[in-house]
Amino acid sequence: MKTGSAVWRGMRIWVVSLAVVPVLALPGQAQVFNPATYELDNGMQVVVVENHRAPVVTHMVWYRAGAADEPAGKSGIAHYLEHLMFKGTKTRAPGEFSQIVANLGGRENAFTSQDYTGYFQTISPENLETMMELEADRMTGLVLTDEIIEPERKVILEERRSRTENSPRALLSEQVGAATFLNHPYRLPVIGWSHEIETISRADLEAFYSTWYAPNNAVLVVSGDVDADAVYQLARKYYGPLAARELPDRIRPAEPPQRAPRQVVMKDARVEQPSWSRRYLAPSYTAGATEHAYALEVLSEIIGGGTTARIYNSIVVESSLAASAGAWYSPGSLDMTTFGFWVSPRPGVEIADVETAIDREIDKLLADGVTKDELDRAQRRLIDGAIFARDSVSGPARVFGASLASGQTVEDVEAWPTRIQAVTIEQINAAARIVFRENTSTTGILLPADKGDKS
Amino acid sequence: MTRITLRSMVVPVFACLVAFAPVSAKAIDIERVISDDGVESWLVEDHSLPIISVRFLFPGGAATDPEDRAGLANMVSGLLDEGAGALDSQTFQRRLSDESISISFSASRDNFGGSLKALTRNRDEAFDLLRLALTEPRFDTDAVERIRSQILSGIAARTNDPDTIAQRVFWEATFPGHPYARQLRGTAESVAAITEDDLRTFVTRRLARNELIVGVVGDITANELKVLLDKTFGVLPERSEAFTIPKAEPAAAGEVIVVQKNNPQSRVLFGQKGLYRDDPEYYAALVLNHILGGGTFTSRLYEEIREKRGLAYSVFSYLLPMDSAALWLGGAGTENSAVSVSIELVRNQWANIRAFGVTQDELDKAKANLIGSFGLRFDNSSAIAGMLVAVQRRDLGIEYINERNALIEQVTLEDVNGVAKRILDPDALTVVVVGDPENIKATRTIRDDG
Repeated sequence: MKTGSAVWRGMRIWVVSLAVVPVLALPGQAQVFNPATYELDNGMQVVVVENHRAPVVTHMVWYRAGAADEPAGKSGIAHYLEHLMFKGTKTRAPGEFSQIVANLGGRENAFTSQDYTGYFQTISPENLETMMELEADRMTGLVLTDEIIEPERKVILEERRSRTENSPRALLSEQVGAATFLNHPYRLPVIGWSHEIETISRADLEAFYSTWYAPNNAVLVVSGDVDADAVYQLARKYYGPLAARELPDRIRPAEPPQRAPRQVVMKDARVEQPSWSRRYLAPSYTAGATEHAYALEVLSEIIGGGTTARIYNSIVVESSLAASAGAWYSPGSLDMTTFGFWVSPRPGVEIADVETAIDREIDKLLADGVTKDELDRAQRRLIDGAIFARDSVSGPARVFGASLASGQTVEDVEAWPTRIQAVTIEQINAAARIVFRENTSTTGILLPADKGDKS
Repeated sequence: MTRITLRSMVVPVFACLVAFAPVSAKAIDIERVISDDGVESWLVEDHSLPIISVRFLFPGGAATDPEDRAGLANMVSGLLDEGAGALDSQTFQRRLSDESISISFSASRDNFGGSLKALTRNRDEAFDLLRLALTEPRFDTDAVERIRSQILSGIAARTNDPDTIAQRVFWEATFPGHPYARQLRGTAESVAAITEDDLRTFVTRRLARNELIVGVVGDITANELKVLLDKTFGVLPERSEAFTIPKAEPAAAGEVIVVQKNNPQSRVLFGQKGLYRDDPEYYAALVLNHILGGGTFTSRLYEEIREKRGLAYSVFSYLLPMDSAALWLGGAGTENSAVSVSIELVRNQWANIRAFGVTQDELDKAKANLIGSFGLRFDNSSAIAGMLVAVQRRDLGIEYINERNALIEQVTLEDVNGVAKRILDPDALTVVVVGDPENIKATRTIRDDG
């Protein structure tokens, strides 16, 4: 038993930025969730996953709008608005939403990423109807005044100081993100740049809200101890009357070809432990050479998934260069994504030696490919993971929400194990050759300040 | 298949509460399973998924580390799955990953614990690997050095992390000379000094049957579990070595310690004496804390500091009852220019509640939330197994999970205001600030420019 640390408490927001390291985009699972799906007349998608193990339900509404959908020069609007959604509406006073959820013994939160914004409550099933009433109310009825937005701007600037400015790693991650994408808005931090957060106006927030917050741009996911058809009837009652809106296309500025490797080196007096990472531009499930996405997921498991993977085995166990190391690949983003490697060198080891070791692993992969044994083991592990994903009320809801808000379908989610199982050695080797090119890489290096420097 | 059922609560509920409090408690069927050799486990059978989750715990954690070996329990927790029996580190790890078995260990101040999660088809293999890890860890030199390097680089990476600094300074000031003053992961020096012999001694002394606590949830019957309990834990030594951690009263009451760092935001940690878990007023304090700073978006601290003034992104308080001391803790992250105001607001709330108490409305809402949200903790099998272990560790009784909400319901306004008067003391708050705060009266300043 762990005694109660409460560090995350009191935090309203999880900023899920593209720069965050190894969380896979929660790959969908086998025909294991068996969701019921509906569409309301106004175009709102509804997904219900019944799970009767405990009298708990998770209610989530996801909007297909995130930081990458913001107008230029106004980074941080999507996240700022997410905070403000907890203020009042035409029928509810500021704070009333949270007070009602609290009185009902519920838990709630919200999050913003590059591609979506989501709101959720976990509560006992008899209160699901109230959650729908409240969530539908704030989809169109939000009221913003200067008295409401100004204190919240300060909160967000504190959040930024807390998450980013106070942490050299986070600051580097932001710089590397900006270097990875020249033109696509994924180059901007989800929380926004401070100088832009400071100038976002009430009109900017209202414009973003009225552009993107609409039933035909939302996905409702309900998971837990409920009857699917009863959920659908409730959804019709509360979300059904909301009018659909004309939506802009989600076309973001595209990347030009990358013609040279990029490198960002940051030195900071607060750094005691250097670190190294590199990311390669890569296709996602829905952008670029999408046919490689599942092969890249398996490859990521083979090369960087845990303590028996290639990278860990070679540079942590065999050569003892690193304290830890791994790889990540997030195929769930709407536009191009990255395939990354990270290394935490052992004390006294030169960064150059670590980089050489990773290059050697990549060269070996490109020359010799992966083995049948590696493929079999990785596939089994990934597919077993789909079974473990069912051992949760809220987990499946997050999988569907993230997938459907980023261009995937319910069928994609349900077919995930089959597609993982179908990946071949040849597909993996081809995908590796497509992705691991020096000219499409960005490397980030974090170092202590030189002696005598003031950071 | 066992379903965690919903049962009506027998306790009378105030009419005014009915409007928004779910008048129900989660009931869950827990079976006490005792193996042929006498190993006990609590079990919640659930055959809806082919998964089993196990949690277990041995009392005695980092607080038992020798003074010059701080971080020993933590290091052991990183090494038990790095080779055991005939399997070297990579072979052991390979077995785990090939069979999708998760085994992990962890050390807190008071406990050494672990968990296992596996699919039914790999259940026997999983328990066998757990037995090896607990009873025949190898501590091969290469594995020891690898894990040591991971711990050391973790310590180095956190050297200038404001939260880590605030915690270290707070615990050192609050428990001088006491094992709780040490850091769980140790220091670069103490971790460097740990020998293979130290690691083996820890295992021999601590991991024994007499105080072992086990909780199991999932796809297994009581009879199947009995066999695995004997095979896995029955082979542990009979008795652990006794240890004593002296009871400690928090020191440094009223101190304001500033650790000077060139960060744009200050981290503030504050705390005072709390209540032990077996204190008769513990539940009243739990409700009081919810009103003070425990309710995520509804507490007084949240309202005053974040909602009204936008001074912090995160502000909270919580109770931390341990075996040998009890604390009431809180924290906030705030701009350097707003630190002194924020601390003042915290002290004001402390004083205000002590002097004037809370309102009936606050009490009703806090109880409604604490009661209604209890069942949300049972989201997955690992969380339920963790609860089974925690309840046994605190000696709360096998009916506790079904009775807990009634204990909250019974708390009255007099109880809450009484415990506020007894415990809350704004002048006793120890405050640690890490950053570059303005206009602050420090009783002690530590220069730590990195």
